[in-house]
This record gives sequence, C-alpha cells and structure tokens, in this order.
Amino acid sequence: MHGTHDAGSPYAPHTDDERTAMLEAIGAETVEDLFDVPAGVAFDGEYGIDSRSERETRRLVRSILGRNDGLTELLGRGHYGYYVPSLVDHLADRSEFLTSYTQYQPEISQGFLQALFEYQSLLVELTGLEVANCSMYDAATALGEAATLADRIRDASGTRVLVPDRLASGKRRTLENYVAGTDLVVETYPTDDGIVDLEGFERRVEGGGAGGDETDAVMVYAENPTVRGTIEENLSAIGSIADDADALFVLGSDPVALALLERPADVGADVVVGDASVLGLPTSFGMGLGLFATSETYLRQVPGRLVGASEDATDRRTFTLTLQTREQHIRRERATSNICTNQAWVALRTAIHVGALGPRGLVELASRSVTRAEELAERVDDLTGVTAPVHDRRHFREFVAHVDQPARAIASDLQKRGFAVHVVDDHEIQLCVAGVPDERLDSFVATLEEVVG
Amino acid sequence: MTDDRSGESDGPGGRQVRYDQARYVENGRYEPLLSEKDLTRVEIDGGREDGDESEETVNSPLPDDLTRDSLELPALSEPELARHYTRLSQMVYGIDSGPYPLGSCTMKYNPPFTEDVAALASAAVHPDRSERSIQGTLELLYRLQDYLARIGGMDAVTLQPPAGAAGEFVGVRIAAAYHDHRDDDRDEVIVPESAHGTNFATAALGGYDVVELPSDDGGRVDLEALEAALSERTAALMLTNPNTLGLFERDIVEIAQRVHDVGGLLYYDGANLNALLGRVRPGDMGFDVMHYNVHKTFATPHGGGGPGAGPVGVSEQLAPFLPSPRVRKVGGSSDTGSDSSGGGGDSGDDIGGGTRGREPTYELFEPERTIGKVHGYHGNWLVLVKAFAYVARLGDEGLADASAKAVLNANYLASQIEYDVPYEPFHHEFVASAGEQDAADVAKRMLDYGVHPPTTKWPEIVPEALMTEPTEIESKATLDRLAGAFNAVAREDDADLEAAPGRTTARRIDQTSAARTPRLSWQALERE
Ligand SMILES: Cc1ncc(COP(=O)(O)O)c(C=O)c1O
Repeated sequence: MHGTHDAGSPYAPHTDDERTAMLEAIGAETVEDLFDVPAGVAFDGEYGIDSRSERETRRLVRSILGRNDGLTELLGRGHYGYYVPSLVDHLADRSEFLTSYTQYQPEISQGFLQALFEYQSLLVELTGLEVANCSMYDAATALGEAATLADRIRDASGTRVLVPDRLASGKRRTLENYVAGTDLVVETYPTDDGIVDLEGFERRVEGGGAGGDETDAVMVYAENPTVRGTIEENLSAIGSIADDADALFVLGSDPVALALLERPADVGADVVVGDASVLGLPTSFGMGLGLFATSETYLRQVPGRLVGASEDATDRRTFTLTLQTREQHIRRERATSNICTNQAWVALRTAIHVGALGPRGLVELASRSVTRAEELAERVDDLTGVTAPVHDRRHFREFVAHVDQPARAIASDLQKRGFAVHVVDDHEIQLCVAGVPDERLDSFVATLEEVVG
Repeated sequence: MTDDRSGESDGPGGRQVRYDQARYVENGRYEPLLSEKDLTRVEIDGGREDGDESEETVNSPLPDDLTRDSLELPALSEPELARHYTRLSQMVYGIDSGPYPLGSCTMKYNPPFTEDVAALASAAVHPDRSERSIQGTLELLYRLQDYLARIGGMDAVTLQPPAGAAGEFVGVRIAAAYHDHRDDDRDEVIVPESAHGTNFATAALGGYDVVELPSDDGGRVDLEALEAALSERTAALMLTNPNTLGLFERDIVEIAQRVHDVGGLLYYDGANLNALLGRVRPGDMGFDVMHYNVHKTFATPHGGGGPGAGPVGVSEQLAPFLPSPRVRKVGGSSDTGSDSSGGGGDSGDDIGGGTRGREPTYELFEPERTIGKVHGYHGNWLVLVKAFAYVARLGDEGLADASAKAVLNANYLASQIEYDVPYEPFHHEFVASAGEQDAADVAKRMLDYGVHPPTTKWPEIVPEALMTEPTEIESKATLDRLAGAFNAVAREDDADLEAAPGRTTARRIDQTSAARTPRLSWQALERE
C-alpha cells in the first residue's frame, strides 16, 4: 500500500495515492467532479454529527442503553424472552450468513437456501399445512398479508374480516393499514371468558351482527393461545363455521405453542400466521419474524419468498428461490406482496434454535409453558387481594390476574422492586413465565405479596 | 469446466484468482438435510403431568383434545448441529468473502462491533415496558430519529417500518391520509418505468392505480411525459435520485414544482442515498416524504435477505400523519417535544458514561392524525441499534467520505471494464450492458472468478443490464480484480457462459424444474 490512508470512513481503504491513480484513470481532477449535482440543490451545511472511534462509539451506546432499568420481565402478549442457546448466536453470526443477501445466485448460496428450506419444513411439520414461506416481517404484517390473500381469492360478494374483540392493538392497527387499499373492512366478534364466544362468532360470520344484514365474511382470525394466554377450546368448531361460510380461516400461533397445541391443519386452518422468533430471538423490543404458512391450494397466491428443491447440471439435488413470478421484482403492481427484504437471518436463528431443542426439548418447553404459568397463577391466587387466573380456562405461558387495588399502582410498586408486568385493565395485570427462571418467579411471588399486602 | 485453469482471471493488476467454494458430496449427493441426518417422532401423551415417560412419549399437562398427537423433527446433538450450520455457512458467499457489487443493494462492509452493541443485555427489553423504565431505548431511538432527520433534511422521522418496502408503504399511506384530510380524492401514484418493483407493488397495496412514467433519451424523468401523467388524480410521484441508472435527476427542482403544482406529494426512495451523503439532502430537493434504507446506506447486515429497516422522514406538514408511536424528548436541554433537525448539535459529550447532568426524559406519543401502525411494535429494533452505532461512528466526515468513495469506486470500476455503459454520468452505481451476451449467463460465469456478480436484467432500459454498485469499501486492487473478472467473462464465448458456474458448491440450477414441480419442504421431497 502506498500513500497515507484518507481521512473519512474507517471502512474505505483508499490511500491518497490510490485515489489519485483512480481519478487519473477516470480522467477527472477531483472526486467532487464526479458528482453531477446542480448547484441549487447541493447541501453545503453540516449534519453536526461527530465522528468517533469504535471504542468511543461502543461506550456511547452502552451509556445510552445503560439508562434502561434492569427489570425481571413477566411480559408477553405476543413478544417473548425465552432463553436462546449460545450456539444460535455463534452459528448465526458466521459472517457468510450475516453479510450475504437474498439468494439471487443460488449456485453460490446453497447453504442459506438449505437453511431456509429446512426452516420452511419445520413450519410445515408444526402447522400441518403444505407451504410455509421463508418470512414476513412480524406477526402483525403476516396477519395483514393473510387479509390481502383473502382479498385475492375470495368470491366476489364479501368484504368483512373478522377478528376477536380482544386483539393486540399492534396487530389490529397494522391489519387496518394492509386492508386500506382494498374494500375489506375489519370487524370484531365477541369472546367469552377469554376464548371465542361460538354463538356470537357464528352470528357475526353469518352477517347477523349489530348492523343487521351485512356482506359475507371473507376471513376470520382466531388465536391459540390468545393474547390473554388462554388456550382456545373450540378451534374445530371455529374452523367449520368458517368453512361453511367460505371464509378463509386464519389462525395465529407460534412455534412453541404449535409444538403442543392442536395442529392447525387438523382444525381446518387455511393460513397460520404468528411470530416465529419466539424461538431464535431473545427479548428484542418487539422485533420479530413473521410466520406464514398455508395450504397448497393457495400456492400461487402466497406472499414473500419460497425456497424449493431443484437439480443442478450434475443432477444433484439443490435449492433455489422459486415461484418468483408472484413477487414484486417480476410482477410489479400485480405481485402478491410488496415485500422484498424480509427476516431471513431471524428465520435461520429460529431453525437453529428448534434444532438445538429437538422434538422432545421443544414439546417439553411447551409443556412447561403450561405448567409453569398455571402454577404461578395458583400461587398468586393464594395471595390476598389477587384472583388468578381471571379466565376459567387452561393457559399457555401467561394469564390475567385480577387485583383488588388499582393495577397501575401495583405495577409501579413492582417496578420499583425490580419486576415488570402488564397492566391490561384498571384491576387486571397479566403475567408471563416465558424465559423467567424459577427462582425469579419465587421472588416475584414474595414481592407481589408485599405489594398487595 | 473440468479444466482447472478456466476461471482464473488475469485482470489488469495481473492477479491470478482462482476460487473454489466448499462442496460436500456424500453418496453422490450434496450436504444432507437436517431431516436426512435424523428425524425423531415424539408422541404427546395427554393429561398427565408426571408418570412414566418413554423414549417416544412426552407427558403433557393438557387433555388430548387440546393437543396434537405427535411431533416429528430432527434430534441432533449439539456438535452435529454446529457442524451442519458451519458447513452450510461455507456454502454461502458474503461481503466478508469478497466483492459483492449487487446494484441497488449497497452491499458494504458491516462492521462487527455493531453486533456487539446490539447484543448488549441492556438492549434486550420488552416493548410493553413502562416508558420510565426504558429511557435508554427511547433515547437511542430519539437520537437516531434526529440523526436521520439531519441526513435527509426532513423535519420528523419514524423508525417503525421494518424494511424499505414497508417505508414506501408508510409513504403511500401518509399520502392517502394527507389527501383525505384535505377532502381531496386522488387515485394515482406515478412511478418511473426504471423504478424498483417494490414501488409499483407498494402503490398497488395502498389501493392506487400505478401510472408508469417513461424515461427520456438520457435515462432521466421525461418532463413532457411527466406533465402528461400529472393531474389532480396524482397522489404522489415516487422517485429515487440518483435513479436506478445512477444518474442524478438534474431537473429535480422542476419536477418537485410540477408535482406540487397539481397538489401531489413527492416521495423519495432512499435506496440510493449512499451516493449523496454530505452533499445533497432529499428535503432540499423538494421531497416531502422519504424512506432511509439502513441495511444499505447505514451498513447493517443483509442477513441473507433481511432483517433491514426502512425509517421514514417527512416534512413538517406531514408529521401529524406518521405511524404511532413516535419518541419525543421532554425536559432536559433545548428542544422540547420536537425532533426537528438542528436541535443544538450532537450531544456527543456524554460518552464517559459516568455522571450525567440533568438528563432529559423521553416519551412515546401518538401523532395527531396518525396512519396507525405498519408493524406490531417498534420495527426491527436490533437493526436500529446497529444503524445508530454506524452513524455515530462515522459522523459527518465518515459519511461524506463514504459517498465520495462509493462514487469514485463506481466510476473507476466502469473505466476498467470492457462492457459498454450507455448512461452517464453515473454516481455510486452504473448499469453496463452485456451486449450480445446474456446478462444472466455473464453473472453465472463471474461466480467462477470468486466475485459476486452485479444485479442482472434490471433496469430494463439497458439491454442485458449489469447493474453494478461496488460501494466505498473496495480498494483499487479489489476493483482491479473485479474488473478482471468482468473482462475475462466479456471475452468468453456463449458455450463457456452457459456451462457456468463450475466452481461454486452447485452447478447451474434448473429454475424451470423448481417452479414446474414445487417441492418446498423435506416432507414434499419424501412424498416424491
Ligand atoms: C431502488 C430500490 N427501492 C426499494 C427497495 C426495497 O427495499 P427493501 O428491500 O428494504 O424493502 C430496493 C431494494 O431492495 C431498491 O433497490
């Protein structure tokens, strides 16, 4: 290397001699001459952002994030903090995985394609549906994509998308945006003691809601477990009501729940959506991995990327992105979705995590999600001033507890003592056991006793 | 291709490069699937919490009617799993493997220290935590909003969109909400023919009719065609600048004027911002709304397809429509409740991490006329942490230099290759034409020279397009090697190209067969 390194980006390797040689080859005097920018729009100010060494930058970020309180989180409602094995970090952080992009050149990307093919296969096993894509952004956008799928395949008349009256607001509000460009409208159906109110549901599907005669329902959405942690008991009935009405049955779940609870294919689900990063990512402020699986019937209407098997010139089995004519880069405004960059690396992490657990480990993790949640409910129910669970149902991972005192005050007292819980109503808190070690749960119960006592 | 010497490039630098990617072949087949290494079925035995568990069953606390019957997955030991994924990683080419000049994707080096800060335990917080208990997370988001506002010349920023296309969707939904608010019914979005597929798809997702805008002979927006396309039906024009040919839209001020004259909004697709850092700000060009593509411009890893992040900046009049929630600063120093740019410089003086004075506090708020949400929570948080770290590391000086070197590298590389580059003057990327050769075949052959090929066959305005973006991170020597690969392939005949690649893990893959008989899971393979 000749000359001295140019000041500026620490990741641009040029020396001044090289820069000069390159300019000479181009036939330009200065780098500025290469910019064809009219004077009127040139920016001659400064952003006012300091440059820092790597060490200073790390200190800066550490110092900012250091303002977060270190709390034990009993939080869930769609985002969970299960322990992620170290193996997942180390393998996924291999730079070939991290620094590659979409596999437009499959011959040089077989490793990632195979990992994504395996991820799709894991979801096929978990859902019982034949087709899983290799990712949407998160559970909420996957739900939105399911609605646009329903829009594309529906029989002409219907416009209603039915969701439970209790649905995480992030999902509901995202769904509203995804259907805004269609004539679909999002409406609710009632729940009863934490699960679907079958009679009310049927009435809404048939169009006999408060508004009188309405158009057909084109899609119904139910969750298992629900946002309040209850396990849905009537999935098959929901599925057949949806089927009778020719509505697309979309079921929300996640890979841990799917390992134990009823298999979506067995209850008539047409599409499964949810957050697959429940495995693979630690608590990440809501960052997720949109799970999207559906039946073969809708193969040509699936949004997002699909990896398929093929053969190479030596006739050996290989993998490649396939059915790309559904996608935006080919089909443009007639694509099945606008998604391009997705969550592939998170899907890789999820697949490694599932692999690390194996079938037994995964089912046991799911079983513990039931027993630990229900045991915690019993223990807090023993405290004066707390009734749990609020719903007389089986629970997965989390449950709602009634507190005699204002829930907000209790949560705030708990926070001062190192615990974070959900406030879901004036006198309701929600508690989740995922990722919380047993000894922390013990000390939580003791702390809650102090707080409500 | 069995000849060991084919694929050795003799570039202008006179370097001999030969590449062989890892390839495991066992009994005539490549690395087995996890499912071919093991599949174990466990039965789920309902309604028992304890009692005997056999090798094949797991006891479940739930009654059978609430559970599935069984689950069949690979059961591998940890060392076996480590080898499986390590082998797979060896069959992937990333930026750390060599040059990756994939046009429009800005495949720049991803500094690993950003992984370290994203992995900090203090970053691992739940989105439903009280605002008071996550001041660090909110401060980082606020500061990143502020950085991006300054860089884009925008007044307000949301970090919620999880990718560029999601940012576009926010833009389109904001345009809809804005016109709606003014009782102005508009149903068209104009997109240049050379635009990225997501622009068309996003406009359609938002319910708009897409009006395609032809380019002029120079490869830029045709002002006459624009005039014809614009009307009181125009909700927005989506543009990237430099455009996908790398050309700066010189008439941008005029374009903005005309769009605004008919009451439309001007949207900036931030995919090409890496050309403009420190030199031009979309806000100054007259754009009302833009997305930033942080996995491109701000060096967060592409992760084999994602995750990315696509924050959106808007001018003041559109700020009330931004997605919910946003972060604002309350109390503390200068600018209360506003995150507009220029709020007293970068407070980079707090890196000591020790005693901090009167600290401002940060809170979430719902913009007055918000479009709602495009993600269940706050978007791709871990990506945002990395983007913040990258911008804080480079600062003004590093960012401006990144663009300078990106443009220098593209121009130098183009000057060294034999393929024709029909449109000039380009900036951070150029589109060469493979001429009589098939661009897709050229790409396959380039793989044998140990480089990643350019984006092919797009934009279609250049026949057999080779859209090339080397980014600022390549040295002259690497660019010479890259040019050597282009030139070696340019001189080869069609038969050689069609037989390529020969040195990658897999040989040429049959796309038609994959699509004709979709096999999308190991279960589907077993059924064959
Ligand atoms: C010009 C252009 N616009 C938009 C996008 C979409 O961005 P993303 O893939 O982050 O959704 C891309 C990139 O892939 C692009 O190159």
